Amino acid sequence: MSALHQKSLRELAAGLAAREFSSVELAEHFLQRIRAFDHDLNCLITVCDKEALRQAGLADERIQKGEGGPLTGIPLIHKDIFCTRGVKTSCGSFMLDNFVSPYDATVVERLAGAGMVMLGKANMDEFAMGSSNETSHYGPVKNPWDTERVPGGSSGGSAAAVAARLAPAATGTDTGGSIRQPAALCGITGLKPTYGRVSRWGMIAFASSLDQAGPMARSAEDCALLLAAMAGFDEKDSTSANRPVDDYAAALEASVKGVRIGMVKEFFEEGLDAGMAAAMDEAMAALKKLGAELVEVSLPHSKYSVPAYYVVAPAECSSNLARFDGVRFGHRCKEPKDLEDLYKRSRSEGFGAEVKRRIMIGTYALSAGYYDAYYLKAQQVRQVIADDFREAFRRVDLLLGPASPETAFRLGEKSSDPVAMYLSDIYTIAVNLAGLPALSMPAPLVEGLPAGLQLIGNYFEEGRLLNVAHQLQRTTDWHLQTPGGYA
Amino acid sequence: MTLERDDVAKIAHLARLAVSEAELDALRGELSGILDLVEQMEALDTAGIAPMAHPLEMHQRLRPDVVTEENRREQYQAVAPLVERGLYLVPRVIE
Amino acid sequence: MEWETVIGLEIHAQLTTRSKIFSGASTAFGAEPNTQACLVDLGFPGVLPVLNEQAVRKAVLFGTAIEAEIARRSVFARKNYFYPDLPKGYQISQYELPIVGRGHVEILLEGGAVKRIGVTRAHLEEDAGKSLHEDFHGYTGIDLNRAGTPLLEIVSEPDLRSAKEAVAYAKKIHQIVTYLGICDGNMQEGSFRMDANVSVRPRGEEKLGTRTELKNLNSFRFLERAINFEVERQIDLLESGSAVVQETRLYDAQKDETRSMRTKEEANDYRYFPDPDLLPLVVDDAFIEETVRDMPELPEARRRRFEEQYGLSPYDADVLTASRAAADYYEGVVAVAGDAKLAANWMMVELYGALNKAGLELSESPLSAEALGGLVLRIADDTISGKIAKSVFEEMWASGRSADAIIEEKGLKQITDSGAIEAIVDEVLAENAAQVENYRNADPKKQPKMLGFFVGQVMKKSQGKANPKQVNELLRKKLAG
Repeated sequence: MSALHQKSLRELAAGLAAREFSSVELAEHFLQRIRAFDHDLNCLITVCDKEALRQAGLADERIQKGEGGPLTGIPLIHKDIFCTRGVKTSCGSFMLDNFVSPYDATVVERLAGAGMVMLGKANMDEFAMGSSNETSHYGPVKNPWDTERVPGGSSGGSAAAVAARLAPAATGTDTGGSIRQPAALCGITGLKPTYGRVSRWGMIAFASSLDQAGPMARSAEDCALLLAAMAGFDEKDSTSANRPVDDYAAALEASVKGVRIGMVKEFFEEGLDAGMAAAMDEAMAALKKLGAELVEVSLPHSKYSVPAYYVVAPAECSSNLARFDGVRFGHRCKEPKDLEDLYKRSRSEGFGAEVKRRIMIGTYALSAGYYDAYYLKAQQVRQVIADDFREAFRRVDLLLGPASPETAFRLGEKSSDPVAMYLSDIYTIAVNLAGLPALSMPAPLVEGLPAGLQLIGNYFEEGRLLNVAHQLQRTTDWHLQTPGGYA
Repeated sequence: MTLERDDVAKIAHLARLAVSEAELDALRGELSGILDLVEQMEALDTAGIAPMAHPLEMHQRLRPDVVTEENRREQYQAVAPLVERGLYLVPRVIE
Repeated sequence: MEWETVIGLEIHAQLTTRSKIFSGASTAFGAEPNTQACLVDLGFPGVLPVLNEQAVRKAVLFGTAIEAEIARRSVFARKNYFYPDLPKGYQISQYELPIVGRGHVEILLEGGAVKRIGVTRAHLEEDAGKSLHEDFHGYTGIDLNRAGTPLLEIVSEPDLRSAKEAVAYAKKIHQIVTYLGICDGNMQEGSFRMDANVSVRPRGEEKLGTRTELKNLNSFRFLERAINFEVERQIDLLESGSAVVQETRLYDAQKDETRSMRTKEEANDYRYFPDPDLLPLVVDDAFIEETVRDMPELPEARRRRFEEQYGLSPYDADVLTASRAAADYYEGVVAVAGDAKLAANWMMVELYGALNKAGLELSESPLSAEALGGLVLRIADDTISGKIAKSVFEEMWASGRSADAIIEEKGLKQITDSGAIEAIVDEVLAENAAQVENYRNADPKKQPKMLGFFVGQVMKKSQGKANPKQVNELLRKKLAG
């Protein structure tokens, strides 16, 4: 029998149902691992020992009464961007270091409703702005595959925790690649759903028209179970899609034979690491073996996605983060001499350098005289990029490419050069601009480090994405590799 | 696009961020670098393209006019830095 | 030089929804501070707005009433600025695509001419909270109960040429929104707020002069006085060779002057952009039809109907439709009394006179429409005379009791029994034989005037209860011999 922390969600649910172990034992096991490993990894900002054991106790009662579902009693970690009632919700920022949320995010509520047990809150780039987890007020997360390296970001704490088996599942959010890129760098599976599929209520906004929450776990099958509980219409979110949630678990079993997969030409051009290219080739060969048809497709304007993104996202963030003013919650400077001083010092002390840069870029892009050249232009580019995808999906069922141009880079390697950092998301950002679903799953290791294979689906085709990923994971073991020392 | 120090100071003020003289130069360089990246968009002709504000072509849903919230002032103000008699306090505002 | 005044008004009307425009918190006025500010109103991290259907319907009603185009697709935008009563650091408003497009209203000028005033647009937005400046030892207190209350901002064209016109226009808009029931119109509580853009230019000049924006005009009287002061101020400046500075000025009612707002705020840069948390608002024909199906009758239509249906004079119809409350009250009186003209007289003369004397609004009247109707009915059906009715009215005003109860208790019912009246008439004639003699010998032309004496005697004897018409007829007959 494999160790508890190597079991899939289905195995855990089966073990709980068969009383092989209790939810409390499960929570204790993972809390023990957190105590043992997180000092080095720094995956969590908050650990909820007592609350986790209380929730686990309740889950055990549910299971005993036969009222458990597929996720009841299974532990998880929430990215600290989700508001959790009575629990500190920092968003990785000093600004919210003292913020205990008075309410739960819809995602938190739904997963709790499904009986999941929250172990704690995951570290992240400050306000989800970053690709390496180095912008967190709580210090960088280390990649369990090599603690000299970054886990990716912004959902770096979630990805590293799942990779190090500190939790079987975690939530993440993805505004420009923040689920897929860390999933790729840590060797796990992470899905960014279609915009509007998962409620944004209670998820601290970075860029409202791009943000989307999704599951991060070790396999597509686990992600399917999690997404089924997270997804669905929420009347509290005007941008929530009012349409039924597909049966993702059932969709997993379909054959991949004849599925047309488009290799995105632009994602294999210059800039892609050679080892990464080889890993992609191996993954594509495996897909062909399963009967998938691979064709080359082009997203001719994808090179404009990073420039457009760095207008849209900062513009929205500059407005979204205006509420942090030291009046109703969050950091307030000491002894403000007047109102302007209160605003300026509270915000400057509360926000880190990257957040301030983005607020300033966004403020500039929206300001009088620049709106058309930046914001309006970026919205038009966004349309062109969405049209590229629309065109591509006329020919193929799915798109494929790497999730990141390289494997995990070293801590500090890019932190002084914002533009270099931004380019680590070149393969993920276009998907957010278009609002499409996409996942990253482990491909073969490259020089001992994980590489992420990205699959992009058409709107609301999460089921198809998970299906293809699952079929690939049934016949390969890339997703089962565990970083040394965490097996 | 190269920003001047004054531009940076003006943007910082609009965003209500305190930026010291020393920080201005560093920020000027960083922000100008980001704007250079952003301005690669200019190479793309977007004449006549409708701007896209939302990924999905959905319309605003309307909420029935029903009061669903009750008084939770105590809970909400528990995280407030400074309140008195139920009011949030800020340095005196002169009108 | 002769100067021409140019005025445009921006009116903020709070819409009478139960809950806020983007949250389920109550909009009721006067609650303890911050007890009606929910997570959305407070702008907590992670919260999202969802639009109130009734706010949209009320905007559609207004647009229809001013014959404006209702935008089939409108967009909510964020207006970004920092202020303590603005919790999110932005106000959700409509910018490029408002829900109500160009429309118009008509105002009556002095002398009776009608002038059409253009309404540029009307858009939905959320109200801000309130800053309380009184003694918080150097601090300002922030109450966010009002934050998120739906507002319809109604922007006029610069078509107004005097303070009087501005007031007439503002009153017209007030009348429309209260008739429609989309705003309670309460100016003390800030439900209806006006800002005026004022400039002057030499008569004949086409180019507009530099304008100032006047704020804090919370009554029609202040609106008029503030504009007049400001026009004088601007003319004085220009005539002395100075220039008008474009700025926001606050009206100080106590000093009756406007003064510059000393804000350190540089030229505003609101950085409007479409709110990504809200989707385009699409209003289709069915929605509009459904909304206007139950549209209340508008003042103009009601005035015309009052003339036709009740046979009222244009003046009376105008007075009685001045507000929806008055018109509703009047129709309430008529419903009980039946006699429309009598009802109009009693409402306009007795009721309004009493209200005026007591310094009360119609809404505060101690007499309900039904009660007044009950009194008028008794005049109409000859139960009491108009004279007796006046004393009954006074009694009703003081005690709150019904006309019938008072008439019954005090035995005020008119004597209409001709036998009983004849007996009194006979008595009077017998007691005043000399006057009877005089009457009979008098010039027939003088007789009607002399009849009054006998009528007075009969009424006195009957304690005012004899039916005057019957008394007159009987006396004429008997005196004729």
